Amino acid sequence: MIADLIEAIAKILFVFGVNMGFFAPILGWVERKQSAVMQDRVGANRADIFGFTLIGLLHPLSDTIKLITKEDFIPAGANKLFHTLAPFISLTPAMITFAVVPFGGQYEIFGRRINLVVADLDVGILFVFAFASLATYGTVLAGWSSNNNWSFLGGLRAAAQMLSYEVAMGLSIIGIIMVYGSLKLTEIGAMQTDFFKWGIFLQPIGFILFLTCAIAENKRAPFDIPEAETEIVAGYFTEYSSMKFIMFWMGEFLEMVTISGIIVTLFLGAWHLPFISDERLLSLFGFAGPNGSIIMLMMANIATFFGKIIFMIWFQMTIRWTLPRFRYDQIMKLGWKIMLPISLINIFITGLVVLLK
Amino acid sequence: MSDLAKNLHTEHMVINMGPSHPVTHGTVKFLVTLDGETIVDFDVEIGYLHRGFEKMCENSTWEQVFPYTDRLNYLSPIINNVGYALAVEKLIGIDTPERCKYVRVIVSELSRLADHLTNVAASGLELGAFTAFLYFVEARDLIWDLLESVCGARLTSNYVRIGGLKNDLPDGFKEQTKEVFKRCRELWIDVDKLLTKNRIFIDRLKDVGIMPPDEAIAWGFTGPCLRASGVPYDVRKAQPYLVYDQIDFEIPIGEKGDNFDRYLVRMEEINQSMRIVEQALDKLPDGPINVDMPEYRWQSKDDIYTKIESLIFHFKTVTGGIRVPPGEVYFPVEGANGEVGFYLVSDGSGKPYKCRVRPPCFPLTAAMPRMVKGALIADIVPTFDMIHMIGGECDR
Repeated sequence: MIADLIEAIAKILFVFGVNMGFFAPILGWVERKQSAVMQDRVGANRADIFGFTLIGLLHPLSDTIKLITKEDFIPAGANKLFHTLAPFISLTPAMITFAVVPFGGQYEIFGRRINLVVADLDVGILFVFAFASLATYGTVLAGWSSNNNWSFLGGLRAAAQMLSYEVAMGLSIIGIIMVYGSLKLTEIGAMQTDFFKWGIFLQPIGFILFLTCAIAENKRAPFDIPEAETEIVAGYFTEYSSMKFIMFWMGEFLEMVTISGIIVTLFLGAWHLPFISDERLLSLFGFAGPNGSIIMLMMANIATFFGKIIFMIWFQMTIRWTLPRFRYDQIMKLGWKIMLPISLINIFITGLVVLLK
Repeated sequence: MSDLAKNLHTEHMVINMGPSHPVTHGTVKFLVTLDGETIVDFDVEIGYLHRGFEKMCENSTWEQVFPYTDRLNYLSPIINNVGYALAVEKLIGIDTPERCKYVRVIVSELSRLADHLTNVAASGLELGAFTAFLYFVEARDLIWDLLESVCGARLTSNYVRIGGLKNDLPDGFKEQTKEVFKRCRELWIDVDKLLTKNRIFIDRLKDVGIMPPDEAIAWGFTGPCLRASGVPYDVRKAQPYLVYDQIDFEIPIGEKGDNFDRYLVRMEEINQSMRIVEQALDKLPDGPINVDMPEYRWQSKDDIYTKIESLIFHFKTVTGGIRVPPGEVYFPVEGANGEVGFYLVSDGSGKPYKCRVRPPCFPLTAAMPRMVKGALIADIVPTFDMIHMIGGECDR
């Protein structure tokens, strides 16, 4: 009983630590540095401690210190309760969703079965969707409660965009559920041992649809119309400052991590290495004894999983710094008139293939 | 459903875009009335950058006007310098030496390059294509380095003089230009790949802000925006000044007059300007860069220090200004945004009696409501970018 509790707490702390302690601050730096490399610039390199700049890695720290010490401004006429609540609502779902994402398989260590997922829900995918849509409330509330026309427009755009992409996103995933026959993310992950059984090969169209919808859901460029800075200043978080601003920021980055985690689990073979099976790895690590080799296998799997997440994040950032922004009506058109029919056709074809097999 | 829509109380939303808003580079205010995201009414308020340019000119000598003209279209200041100098020279009746004309063409076209590069870059930036922005800003920086080597300043050049130039081109300018253009062409290809065939970029620009040719003429459009509407009017071809008639270049025209055509016209003009500069550098004759008329153009410092006549002329022109014969003149040049015209009146004193500028972006800005009414709020961004309103020139 106590061992269960310790295991659960350890896993929660691990996920929380990796997300909040590693990804959230580092991604701000990655975004700056990667864009700098793409654009022939140097990028962040000024913040230093005793002259050590650590290639700009201190910038997230200085940003945080700066934003914590800024005035937390609530505009006149704003709804104080909702204005304060909105950043929490948009940050929390991003963190909670990671609870159902398995970051490794199941292992027997010292006679104890360890399942590397915080909450192994039977309806994992549905949980993901439920919480992903909750994050929208934060955006819409922020836009509504700020008592600002730009925020209001941003909130409206966010609501419309989320609604239309939620549908296509949900339908794009049905194909993968039909192929693997499970809603449980751990099971879907465990089934992708063989390289050619990865979701991306079984459901290539589903992958592209889901990736597009996921970027739209994250409000990242080219789908960043809710915060399109040249049109509506900063959209829904125009009136936010200090830590509330940084919470939106972190929420966006964590959503990116979470959605990358889900993409990796569903389409990119979860924690499995291509062409190298777990048995092969086990025999490679044989020198460390039965328990030691399993621990090393576990470490290798976790590293693979997060390596793939980092790849997906890199990919999303590359898109973000390459493409211009859509227009509001073009996004709607893409969502309802292109993505939705394609995902329906994808379901139909997948169904036929599954039936005939 | 229709009953519901009728009884539902809806209001238009009025928002102030600017004077400090990310899309209004240069200070301008739009009063936008929105029905949802659709623009119902659109008002442009200009004048935030009004400095009284024309009044200031009346209180300066003819030579002292040059630094003010730098601040008109601050992205291509030398074209303004050249325009003003040519207007005054026409009034006096000076014909500058060949070399001076060629150098003026070279620096004008370099300025046009810098202007178009900035324009295309900024429109990329404002549509979210930040990478394309920085590629062209790098190219612009190289062009500015060139201009800096010519006249010592990057932005406020103050290079041209009545009857000549401040100084000659520096040594090795031709080779340096060749290197810069090589890099510029690479960057041009990069940006072309990033934007011209980019589906999102095309969707944002195509069929937005359409201006048919007859209306464009009626609104007083000139420059790339008029050519995008399909009217092949370019001052460099219509009334060739300097040595543009001896140089082989083409003026690109658009088909529809939408923002995408304006973008394409500018992209092609970047190439044409590079062609012009290369030809002019090849043909550049030797000889003096200043006219030998000491009453209008200073002589060299050696003469001033050693010859009494030169010293007297120098004293007279510096203290009292050059004496331009009474009369009036209008002289247009092809600015980066269109026709930049100077209308000057002289009463025979050392100062302009009147110095009126025809700014190309004033009519363009005036046509903004016509182009965006009924469109979406997001369409303001590319339309205003492609108008390329420069506050310093529009408000003066």
